[in-house]
Amino acid sequence: MEKKSLFDKIWDAHVIQSIPDGPDVFFIDKHFIHEVTSPVAFLNLEKRGNKVMFPERTVATPDHNVPTIDQDKTIKDQLSRMQVERLRENCKRHGVELHDLGTDHHGIVHVIGPELGITQPGMTIVCGDSHTSTHGAFGTIAFGIGTSEVEMVFATQCIMQAKAKKMRITVDGELGKGITSKDIILYIIAQISASGGTGYFIEYAGSAITALSMEARMTICNMSIEMGARGGLIAPDETTFEYLKGKQYAPKGEEWDKAVAHWKTLKTDEGTVFDLEYHYNAEDIEPMITYGTNPGMGVKVKGNIPTTDGMNDSENKSYIKSLDYMGFKPGESLQGKKIDYVFVGSCTNGRIEDLRSVAQFVKGKKKADNITAWIVPGSREVEKMAIKEGIVQTLEEAGFKLRQPGCSACLAMNDDKIPSGKYAVSTSNRNFEGRQGPGSRTLLASPLTVAAVAITGVITDPRDFIEELVQEK
Amino acid sequence: MAYDKFEVLTSRVVPLSSENVDTDQIIPARFLKATEREGFGDNLFRDWRYDNEGKPKADFVLNDPTYSGKILLAGKNFGSGSSREHAVWAIYDYGFRCVVSSFFADIFKNNCLNIGVLPVTVSPKFADELFSAVEANPEVEVEVDIKKQTITLLSTGSAESFDINSYKKDNMLNGFDDIDYLLNLKEEIVQFEANK
Repeated sequence: MEKKSLFDKIWDAHVIQSIPDGPDVFFIDKHFIHEVTSPVAFLNLEKRGNKVMFPERTVATPDHNVPTIDQDKTIKDQLSRMQVERLRENCKRHGVELHDLGTDHHGIVHVIGPELGITQPGMTIVCGDSHTSTHGAFGTIAFGIGTSEVEMVFATQCIMQAKAKKMRITVDGELGKGITSKDIILYIIAQISASGGTGYFIEYAGSAITALSMEARMTICNMSIEMGARGGLIAPDETTFEYLKGKQYAPKGEEWDKAVAHWKTLKTDEGTVFDLEYHYNAEDIEPMITYGTNPGMGVKVKGNIPTTDGMNDSENKSYIKSLDYMGFKPGESLQGKKIDYVFVGSCTNGRIEDLRSVAQFVKGKKKADNITAWIVPGSREVEKMAIKEGIVQTLEEAGFKLRQPGCSACLAMNDDKIPSGKYAVSTSNRNFEGRQGPGSRTLLASPLTVAAVAITGVITDPRDFIEELVQEK
Repeated sequence: MAYDKFEVLTSRVVPLSSENVDTDQIIPARFLKATEREGFGDNLFRDWRYDNEGKPKADFVLNDPTYSGKILLAGKNFGSGSSREHAVWAIYDYGFRCVVSSFFADIFKNNCLNIGVLPVTVSPKFADELFSAVEANPEVEVEVDIKKQTITLLSTGSAESFDINSYKKDNMLNGFDDIDYLLNLKEEIVQFEANK
């Protein structure tokens, strides 16, 4: 029998038709939408006289442009307000479930999907957002699509795409203290580069991956796109089932048993051949930080910025342009550099476990005076848990404030913008020029590293505070 | 939406050699707030094209009157990052119909094909040849023939063939899009869904 990977199994089970020398007609189980990439899709859908074919397969929430303070008031920015209002109108008109601002399950689309148990193993999931790959942590095929494809899913619950090639990244061994899943993925991207995954769908495997919590797995899958990969997934296991059990939309009773029995079959066959494989040792991974303007430009926090040795002309030009933007020089050390802002949040690291690790780290300490800190929960649920667990109080005692949920400074569509020229160490996923506001300079890192920077005011390896660390489980 | 047919495009070329140009550069997030597909071309490469006061930056290629054309010649790994189709809308609305690069990001490439911008992947060597030719003479023209799947530097006759699957090729030649195709499969889709 043909050996199949987990990716093959899920993909093949969703193909309605394969066009010779063309794409597959690919069925989508769940479609997440938000206010920014859906309005034109709804507009074109209506212009053509089409309807949403299966409204119950789409779930909406406004997250990209929403303010993170005073969410109970009218949104001040007129264009943002119009997008959110348009989302409400469209959802109402087409019968789509909406988790609106201020409601119990509002939040970043990739945080609420898993939290509600909507995301389940074996599913195909798309959203007009490249970080849809987050849901791959549950053993799903999940990836970002453009607005034309959003319209296709509305109209036909299908998109047309060719199957990606298969890559497996195996990380074996045990992570050291103070080293998190964010460091694993930043390490991998630094090895493979920001384009090294292009054309592939990645399966993450190995003992260092299976030891991770669901939150930590989501952080890894989330950043698959930062290597250019279509998406990334991890085979579901007991950790996955434990996370989903009892969630609002998860199957119940007999249905649950049936589902788990099926989910247990969702793994790569022994002996499956991948188009490309990488192997890494967890012991080689240290706290990571980026220094440039794409997520592949990462080094150990204690390391130096690479020199231009061995680069060709074109690479050299782009590299120097990137470092000039950041105000850094080839070969210099990052440790001790003064930072202006920290951001904890986003679909990469805005979950409860991230807030817990920041709170544990800053407990009994004080925020550095030069730091402006924005801590933004990924959802209302995360916010509620943070209050209940005393995280909010710990943060406040250390000089931090918890804001309200949304994408916030990850892409600065709302007012949470890092000013031009300022440095931000951020738990988000992209360090592109101007990503966090025009002229902003972003350094990506783990929530623990960000917490260490928030306390010292400079780039700091969190292991320098080793006695206080609680290892990510 | 269906788009204009694409058969043969002969045009001058606008070179942008930077590598890893992400969609946040092509169209920054703060310009994604429209609820209609209008006006995106004005903000194409906004922060590279204009300074903080909105004045054009003289050193950016779109502000250099030496260069014009419907073909954007881009560096390696063009269009990485966000899935925002707005990036391709901006490129299209500005007046480009074709982007040439030695390496495209995946989602960006899909988005291009979905709205009728042709992404042409060439070898790194041919990309270098095009960059050098345009640098030496900004008026050189390039011909992109989708039927023959060739891209030709007209000044020298140097040419290369490019890949496009026959389904997408047919779409580009006829101005069809995927929705036209999918709507014809409605019955099969309904049946497939019912068996889930």
